[in-house]
Amino acid sequence: MKRLLWPLLALVALLLLNLIFTPSFFSLRLQDGHLFGSLVDILRNGAPTLLIALGMTLVIATRGIDLSVGAVVAIAGAVACTYIADGGNAIVAMLLALALCLVLGLWNGFLVSVLGIQPIIATLVLMTAGRGVAMLITEGQIITVNDDTFGEVSGGYVVLPIAILISLVVLAAVALVTRRTALGMLIEAVGVNPEASRLAGVRSRTIIWTVYVFSALCAGVAGLMIASNVHAADANNAGLWIEMDAILAVVIGGTSLAGGRYSLTGTLIGAMVIQTLTTTVYTIGVPPETSLVFKAAVVIVVCLLQAPRLTGALRRPAGPASPPVAAVPQEAGVR
Amino acid sequence: MTDESPLVDIQGITVTFPGVKALQDVDFRLFPGEVHALLGENGAGKSTLIKALTGVHTPDAGEIRLAGVPVSFHSPAQAQDAGIATVYQEVNLCTNLSVAENILLGREPRRFGSIDGRAMRARAAELLSRIGLHIDPGSALSSHPIAVQQLVAIARAVAVDARVLILDEPTSSLDAGEVAELFRIMRVLREDGVAILFVSHFLDQVYEIADRLTVLRNGAVVGEHATTAVSRLELVRAMIGRDLSVLDEVEQRSERRVPSETPLLQAENLGRTGAIAPFDLELRSGEVVGVAGLLGSGRTELARLLFGADHADSGRVLLDGRPVRLRTPRQAIAKRIAFTSEDRKGEGLVADLTVRDNLVLAMQAARGWHRQVPRRTADELVEKYVHTLDIRPANPDAVVATLSGGNQQKVLLARWLVTQPRLLILDEPTRGIDVGAKAQIQKVVADLAAEGMAVLFISAELEEVMRVSDRVIVLRDRRKIGELPGESSVDDVLALIAGEAEKVHT
Repeated sequence: MKRLLWPLLALVALLLLNLIFTPSFFSLRLQDGHLFGSLVDILRNGAPTLLIALGMTLVIATRGIDLSVGAVVAIAGAVACTYIADGGNAIVAMLLALALCLVLGLWNGFLVSVLGIQPIIATLVLMTAGRGVAMLITEGQIITVNDDTFGEVSGGYVVLPIAILISLVVLAAVALVTRRTALGMLIEAVGVNPEASRLAGVRSRTIIWTVYVFSALCAGVAGLMIASNVHAADANNAGLWIEMDAILAVVIGGTSLAGGRYSLTGTLIGAMVIQTLTTTVYTIGVPPETSLVFKAAVVIVVCLLQAPRLTGALRRPAGPASPPVAAVPQEAGVR
Repeated sequence: MTDESPLVDIQGITVTFPGVKALQDVDFRLFPGEVHALLGENGAGKSTLIKALTGVHTPDAGEIRLAGVPVSFHSPAQAQDAGIATVYQEVNLCTNLSVAENILLGREPRRFGSIDGRAMRARAAELLSRIGLHIDPGSALSSHPIAVQQLVAIARAVAVDARVLILDEPTSSLDAGEVAELFRIMRVLREDGVAILFVSHFLDQVYEIADRLTVLRNGAVVGEHATTAVSRLELVRAMIGRDLSVLDEVEQRSERRVPSETPLLQAENLGRTGAIAPFDLELRSGEVVGVAGLLGSGRTELARLLFGADHADSGRVLLDGRPVRLRTPRQAIAKRIAFTSEDRKGEGLVADLTVRDNLVLAMQAARGWHRQVPRRTADELVEKYVHTLDIRPANPDAVVATLSGGNQQKVLLARWLVTQPRLLILDEPTRGIDVGAKAQIQKVVADLAAEGMAVLFISAELEEVMRVSDRVIVLRDRRKIGELPGESSVDDVLALIAGEAEKVHT
């Protein structure tokens, strides 16, 4: 758990900063059986990023990366909204959107695991083409919908907003499936050493294919949340740059881009850091034109604090770099 | 060998890692113009001593003097500037650059602020000729075999006018001719007064090249001798601290074994273009079959075909007399065939995972992801194999990358023993590991065959192959050229290889 210390401290520091500017920041109130408060808002607004970051965590653990999630978000919203706007049932619309996302995930996984294209290139294809597909579906318009069932995805409540519940259920399910079975260990093995895993009889191809499908599905659900939140599908802007936020969340959570050991708890904390940061920018009144710079500064600090070289130097001033063994992560997160 | 004062004089250094004293009060002297062998089992502290000398580790106590002056290096670059050059076991050069660029990396001759390519190649050619290596300095390093790359690394060391040259297991991937070439160059440098520190597991080589030797055991010096003053037996005893009686056991066991009458596996005309010419092969249960041949003779290629790691493009394989498809490792594993690669790091272990995860990996892969090997079963298996194979440290949660080479090899072996294979293919299972671990692995192989397993044993060391095997397949130039009974001598194998060579040339 030691490597989660810095991201956790960063999260706490950000929350305390908010408390100074807004003394009522931590207050929660229950109204009509619904929980309200700034913390709930952070969780709700961070739900799409968390979902996408969960899918991204498994992809990164296999040494891959999925740049197409933002485009998949746009496509999912476009399909659902267009179908509803044409008078279709909201449930059917969402299932249709997710089915298409599944196909998109299969496409990414096919490029990476069967054709052996480098993940960054393979998913770049869909990253650029995907928004075009979304535009085709919406015929270049912003499709607005007014469907109550669809609105529930982001606006609905069961004590907590449904969006939060969905993301937490997915987190729990991933944790359970990867750590209660051998899937997590096999994903890590493939990520650390694909050839050794193949020679040990691991179905590397199937595993890699699966994580891309899962990543696209997560992005699809996130896309439905985002579209539901604004009651509209915006092919150009829905989920724009969300792949960067998701990758950052994973990295802040301590999962290495080199693949291998991953931490879902870390990703949860990372996603919360990112979302709290966005909220903080508004609450402490950082001028909008400098908000991205502010965000970047915090992210750089958190990443630096995790760098083995820097932590080594902090522990032993003027000493030589620690032996590489020390950089090997000792524990995994959710076990 | 002179009565000069030592060039390197290490006195009483101690290096501590968290929880372990890697070196304890070690003295070490290196004179100019000598080749000094550093010996010891894996984990004895050889690498740590080298790293302390080259500034990778800072000693906690003790003193290092270079030509009489106390020094304290904080980085390998500082050590290099002081004239200490190191050539590591794994060549760490840039294979995408040219030979000349590699030799003069960081010290390129310049003209008008940019690199003078012509002067660089000329200087590199001069350095190469000094060590008697005649290759084009402008050629890409990757176009040369590992052995030549290693010699280029030495040329690079010569280029900095090193007074001390450290060679850390330089011969582990070289064949006999290449070793001779390396030794010739070492002698040239020794004549020039360079002090050479030489680490090797091959005792023959130590006796051939070294003037003096220092033996380490468990982080302490157990002896410093002139090479001529100590016998092999004494040396081995000093390194492992006990007698090698297990080796005699290996010999006796092979006489007790009774191979089955019918073959377990038959390869008919099996081959792959560019890898190995079509060959026939029979393997029986309860029998160890050795594969002998020089480097590049197709030993690994043969093994990979039998395991489905590569696709054969001719011939077929019969198992229990029935044809089987071996297109992927999974298919081979399903037929209970196991294979440990010679490339332990690249194709064997999953470095960042624990001993437990590595040990159950093949079993888990066979069961499928959804049927996790229960924690208790995994722990029982780990405990059993940590005990029977003497894996150290005996900690199932230790990350495999932190284990020594010999222990890593044992973990890899255990991974397959867990799956209870009928045919075990071992490719260089004893490369780069110490005498004690080597003997243990040979003993395990003998035991497994006695229990009825079929073993295909590949090794570059002919003595080892002959000792372990009931039957030996001889390869040359990616072709099977014959089979010899296990009682044959190393000379018989060499004669077979040489004889075939003559036939080809006349």
